[in-house]
Amino acid sequence: MRNLIAVPVIILSVIMQSSIVSRVTLLSGIADLPLVMLAAWALQDDVETAWHWAVATGALVGFVSGISWLVPLVSYLFVVGLAQMLQQRVWRAPLLAMFTVTFLGTIGLSICSLVVLRFAGVSLPVPDIFGLLTLPGILLNMLLAIPVFAVMRDLARWVHPVPEVE
Amino acid sequence: MALALGGYFSSGSNVFTTSLITVQSWFSSRFVALQDFLTAPRDIASLRQRNSELEGEVSELQAQVIQLQQQAGLTETLAALVDFAQARPENRYEAAAVIGRDPSPFLQYVIINRGSNSGILRGMPVVTNQGLVGRVDAVIADAARIQLITDPASNVNVRLQNAEVDASLVGSLTGDVTLQLVPQDISVQPGDLVLTSGLGGGYPPDLIVGQVVNVRTRDFDLFQQASVQPVVDFTRLQIVLVIVNFKPVDISPLIPAP
Repeated sequence: MRNLIAVPVIILSVIMQSSIVSRVTLLSGIADLPLVMLAAWALQDDVETAWHWAVATGALVGFVSGISWLVPLVSYLFVVGLAQMLQQRVWRAPLLAMFTVTFLGTIGLSICSLVVLRFAGVSLPVPDIFGLLTLPGILLNMLLAIPVFAVMRDLARWVHPVPEVE
Repeated sequence: MALALGGYFSSGSNVFTTSLITVQSWFSSRFVALQDFLTAPRDIASLRQRNSELEGEVSELQAQVIQLQQQAGLTETLAALVDFAQARPENRYEAAAVIGRDPSPFLQYVIINRGSNSGILRGMPVVTNQGLVGRVDAVIADAARIQLITDPASNVNVRLQNAEVDASLVGSLTGDVTLQLVPQDISVQPGDLVLTSGLGGGYPPDLIVGQVVNVRTRDFDLFQQASVQPVVDFTRLQIVLVIVNFKPVDISPLIPAP
């Protein structure tokens, strides 16, 4: 039942992204709160619903955004896949994994956006995208990563409480 | 009595009264000091209470001032929009507040709080009292998404007021807009006003878009390019007007496929 917390959390993150986060720009780049939130959620122990969160968040962002729904959906699934791979197999340092997923996820989102916009007939200069959107976006996402990770860790502990050892 | 009236005791009485006043002053000052000492704690407590009350009132008043300043700013914006609408009685407008921006940094879209329930349809032009903002890209019941003219995929047919020549205005990643397809033989000067031409049926004619900032002319290019400063400040968009009686013409079926 506690898994239903996903609904308000996802909606709130998309609302905050649209109304607040996307107004705070560095050059032309902005942070991606849903992406950072998904990365943090997928890196938590005992979390098994990260894929559902990714689909729901991708669908909602795709609904709000003017870009094709494929971009957020594919990017967020990539972020969750990457996070789970790092969390389960390689990394045991959660913050380092968080930064890695945020970094690669932001780059993945940029590449995905670029490809889809190219197919839609919008020609964008790659150096400008990298310098004005992707790099500032990575920096802003890194700044968001630590507080979001802390919040999602508390949320994960609430959703999946650790049984007390007697 | 006779001696006193004669002034023989004046020096003695002066000495007496001066001593008396000195003693009384000493007693009086000590009493006041003692009184202050005894009553001061009560006064400090009451003063502190009064001070906190006044600080509370100041905070409330400051909040009211900020609220009134915001309302005054909003009223000014609305008054300007009403003036703009009254100056163009041929159009019908629906005012809407900007409630969000596109989550993707690749696109320049805003979200408004009016939708199909208010008669807004896809393709309708959006303006402010300053000039052209963009057009409606998608609509739901109570919200709509507006593609700004600064969007990389935006393309507005415009004309230069002074030169009377048609051109195309395109957006970019950074929000800058560029005038393209200006013939080489046309003289374009910084400061020239850019207006919508109405060609293509996407926007009504003669809406102010911006001013030419600088011109780039190269001999080997077919056309000139010019940077345009939009008249609308897109970073501070709060309220916009949707022209609800404008029906955009879809000319895409007439464009031959490549």
